[in-house]
Amino acid sequence: MSDTTTLAKPRNRRPSWVRRHSPPYWLSLVGGGWMLAFFLIPLVSGLIVSLETGNPLTGYHLTWNWSIYKQLFVHSDIPYTTFFLRSLYYGAATTILSILISYPMAYYIAFKVRDRWKSPLLFLVLLSFFVSFVIRTDMWSFILSNQGIVITALRKLHLVGKNFHILGTSNAVIGGDVYNNLAFMVLPIYVALERIDGRILEAARDLYANGRQVFLKVVLPLSRAGIFAGVLLVFITTVGDPVVSSLLGGVGTYTIGQAIQDSYLTNQQFNVAAALSTALMVVLGIIMFIYAKVFGTQNIENLV
Amino acid sequence: MASNVSVPEQRRRSPWLASFYWLVIFITFVPIIVMVLYSFNNAPTSRITFAWNGFTTYWYRNLTQVDGLSHAFVTSLEVALISAVVSVIVGTPLSMALGRYRFWGKGLISSMVFADIAAPAIVVGAASLSFFLSINLDTGLLTILIAHIAFNVAYVVVVVRARLSGMDSSIEDAARDLGAGPFTTFTRVTLPLLWPALLAAGLLAFAMSIDDYVITSFVAGSTVTFPLFVYGAAKVGLPPQVLCFGTIIFFVGLLLALANGVLNRRHLAARAATEDDATKIVVETKQPAAV
Repeated sequence: MSDTTTLAKPRNRRPSWVRRHSPPYWLSLVGGGWMLAFFLIPLVSGLIVSLETGNPLTGYHLTWNWSIYKQLFVHSDIPYTTFFLRSLYYGAATTILSILISYPMAYYIAFKVRDRWKSPLLFLVLLSFFVSFVIRTDMWSFILSNQGIVITALRKLHLVGKNFHILGTSNAVIGGDVYNNLAFMVLPIYVALERIDGRILEAARDLYANGRQVFLKVVLPLSRAGIFAGVLLVFITTVGDPVVSSLLGGVGTYTIGQAIQDSYLTNQQFNVAAALSTALMVVLGIIMFIYAKVFGTQNIENLV
Repeated sequence: MASNVSVPEQRRRSPWLASFYWLVIFITFVPIIVMVLYSFNNAPTSRITFAWNGFTTYWYRNLTQVDGLSHAFVTSLEVALISAVVSVIVGTPLSMALGRYRFWGKGLISSMVFADIAAPAIVVGAASLSFFLSINLDTGLLTILIAHIAFNVAYVVVVVRARLSGMDSSIEDAARDLGAGPFTTFTRVTLPLLWPALLAAGLLAFAMSIDDYVITSFVAGSTVTFPLFVYGAAKVGLPPQVLCFGTIIFFVGLLLALANGVLNRRHLAARAATEDDATKIVVETKQPAAV
């Protein structure tokens, strides 16, 4: 360095400790602050709202009313516990069906087609996302309705009776959920399969593993992280969703998502809605935590 | 791509897998086909019905006939555009911090980003409404924007950070060694390299925002967005114009995605991809998810 002044004052050559260490903080200030203020703090304050008492007319005040949880889930006129269990059942059924359908699809794309066909085939899986979520769900209700193509055809073939219907049943809701979430399962599994080193499979075959053993003992365990990411996305989305059960379901398919929406937007029972959604979050958190512990998975964040 | 080593043995034909794949794909296409088809049905009433009464472009010519529909659509476009731009501007520095530095609180912010994506929309929506009520902020366009930016920032961070981790940071080091300050390094080196990721992040944010129903339903107040309108109309039967809008969005999105794909392919071919393949796939995975 030819500048003699900097040589004369060596402590100025290195930026100060603050200057060296502050960039990540001011870089994350606005973005981190936004998420803190409008995502994390509201999420936590939901718990506080659930402990308030009052009514829509006079307003709500914080009274630390922990007994609301007991009121809602133990002795309540409205069977919230049933809605809860029903949603968990829809979530579990949807997740399992999604894995069973997505795994062969992801496997096909990852291992059975030429490289240049992989992107187009993945793209086809995503194609239905180009239709608005509410429209594509309602299209199913249109197709499966009692005057729709499917039931009309089944009736003409005398495969089903006059009173047969699909809409309004749990199966319709689960089917709609699987349809809406398929890509969220196919993509992470595909990513995990694609990462598997082909030489490992070859080694397994060299060591006399048959096709079935190669799949069960090598491929499946190596794709665990992908399955986990898919389960996480699909299960959480499905359990909380109010749209599919409301558009494709009926009286007997009322879910916790609908209950939260109705108690908030229709009945304005803010404390009830907040308590239900806090409970939902805690239950989902516990389930996913146990799942992660049992099936042991690292770096989920890399996949999602 | 290491998995190509055993190509000849692995690429055995598998008619069962292939037919299964195409069967599922066909089923997922059914609602799309029905939507496009019935947007051209000469229905006698202004609600969609199953009877096919012949081909017409009447509904397209009378797109704006339905009360509130076009207004809702324009509102959605505005919200999506503003929230996409803001979340890219706000999210990019955050991704730089997470992708290029080690600092106290980094793990915490990463977990928050992850939680923002994983949290059920219904919980986030209800919590946001509680929050806006408790700080006495009237719900409407502003609260929709705030909430949409809050979830979009997380998606932007995921996309941009993945790109950063695939980018060689020694280029930035070189710029600094050659005397460029942090600002010059960013605008002259990092930003041009990051540009495709910013575009992808913006498109993803736009798509997530324009399609969001659950969170919006809580924080919208009396404002109506396109998904809210469709949901309300679905309860009584959709007007055919909704299908027209759906069809238009579908084909515009498809064109954009294909154009983006072609551009990317050229881009990649031109500068023989150096990135980790898996990272690239995650980024691609996240890009077109949900329009």
